[in-house]
Amino acid sequence: MEEYALIMRHEDGKKVASPEQMEVWMKQTMDWIGGIAAQNKFVSGTGLPFDGARVVKTTNSKPVVTNGPFGEIKETIGGFIIVKADSIDEAVDFAKGCPVLQGEGNSMEVRKIAKNDGTH
Amino acid sequence: MQHQELIPHLFRTEFRKIAAVLCKVFGIEHIEIAEDIASETFLSALETWPYKGTPENPVAWLYTVAKNKAKNHLQRNQIFAKKISKQIKNNSSDNEEMEIDLSEQNITDSQLQMLFALCHPSIPVESQIGLSLRILCGFGIEEIATAFLTNKETINKRLFRAKEKLRIEEVKIEFPASEEISNRLETVLTTLYLLFSEGYYSESQDTILREDLCAEAMRLTDLLIGNEQTDQPAVHALFSLMCFHASRFKARKSQEGEIILYDDQDETLWDKELIAKGSYHLHNASRGNKVSKYHLEATIAYWNTQKTDTKEKWENILQLYNKLLQLEYSPVAALNRTFALSKANGKQEAIIEAEKLNLTNNHFYFTLLGELYTGIDNRKASENFQKAISLAKTQIDRQTIQKKIDRLSEHKTP
Repeated sequence: MEEYALIMRHEDGKKVASPEQMEVWMKQTMDWIGGIAAQNKFVSGTGLPFDGARVVKTTNSKPVVTNGPFGEIKETIGGFIIVKADSIDEAVDFAKGCPVLQGEGNSMEVRKIAKNDGTH
Repeated sequence: MQHQELIPHLFRTEFRKIAAVLCKVFGIEHIEIAEDIASETFLSALETWPYKGTPENPVAWLYTVAKNKAKNHLQRNQIFAKKISKQIKNNSSDNEEMEIDLSEQNITDSQLQMLFALCHPSIPVESQIGLSLRILCGFGIEEIATAFLTNKETINKRLFRAKEKLRIEEVKIEFPASEEISNRLETVLTTLYLLFSEGYYSESQDTILREDLCAEAMRLTDLLIGNEQTDQPAVHALFSLMCFHASRFKARKSQEGEIILYDDQDETLWDKELIAKGSYHLHNASRGNKVSKYHLEATIAYWNTQKTDTKEKWENILQLYNKLLQLEYSPVAALNRTFALSKANGKQEAIIEAEKLNLTNNHFYFTLLGELYTGIDNRKASENFQKAISLAKTQIDRQTIQKKIDRLSEHKTP
């Protein structure tokens, strides 16, 4: 069994949703994760809130810290979970259920976790 | 109380206190001697009281006899005495007279320290439970065997091996250091949780014994709450969970010993006092910011004390199971989560999720599928119930599922 990261990517992180809409998404996300956990395939995961986020960038060979700008980056990452799956196809099936995909332009990135044993 | 009833009663309440204090005095390597002296004390009572009459203060009598027996033992066994008395001298300023302290405070402290020693990670959990039942709850080997649905030899062997292990590991009867306490407390809570579950879900026919197991688990958990170092949110959460479950004792079994499912229980039989106690401790558990599985399970149990089906109730239960499964997977939680999902989000969605669980050797899995298909596709419901019957292990389970099949015709399919 391999482990995969399912990364939630939002097309435009600046879009503001209403509290009611946020609540619906939150429930759907929790139900989605609960469904994976009920199959004993959940490893770990977290949301990545924008509040207080920073970007560190090298400008003129020096690190420069800014509060964003996320606007310059086309996509932003809203969170990720790590799941166990027998194959990439199974991991992709989990990803298909993520409510993030209800937003036009949003996407899920599925990446295998390196095993740190030299075989990747 | 006549001595015929008094002695067994005192055995239940006092054996464990004497045993814990003597274990603490002798050290874990001489756990059997402590047990033997505690047993011999009661034997003396059985031999003396019928002839000389019951002493005025029976408990004080037992303590004095136990102390004397302990001292005699140490004096008789010279080599042993040398070893022990050296330890005792180190621990006590009074070198002349060995003090065996059977004060309430020392009894409680000794019991708590023994609880940590017996729930040592080096021994398997069923041995931890067995030893705790013997030393901390004063259960006989026979009773422990009945509770575990096995025989005396198996239990004796299991306890013997566990004591050997504690000796080899040189486990100390003491409070773990404060930086270690959270880790060790986790093992203790797991043992108490399983001890309670053993009583609550055991297939043993002995109802009184099963309720005793639960009561003992609650008493030991309460002991942890009473101590400053172990008075922690997760302990309150576990205690709360036990209160909520125990509140349904009277309602969950018919007079014939048949399990009554939650939906069919007469809630007037639920123990209101225990429910209130559970709520109180759940409130006390909400300090700090760590959410343990006991917090989640206790909150689910709290919602289950509200019998009326509301959207709010099932949505809350669903989210609690979602969290619980992320902390720790178990097939029971997965099945219960799917049931909650059907109540909160509808049967269609729950059927899709249930099919993914794939718990095909579990009769509860097919019972759940049967329930979900009931009223949607009664033929499929019946097929699943049939599979559940073929997998069920007890006659009572088979009867319960058969009733669901018989009731299928009451549910119209769309």
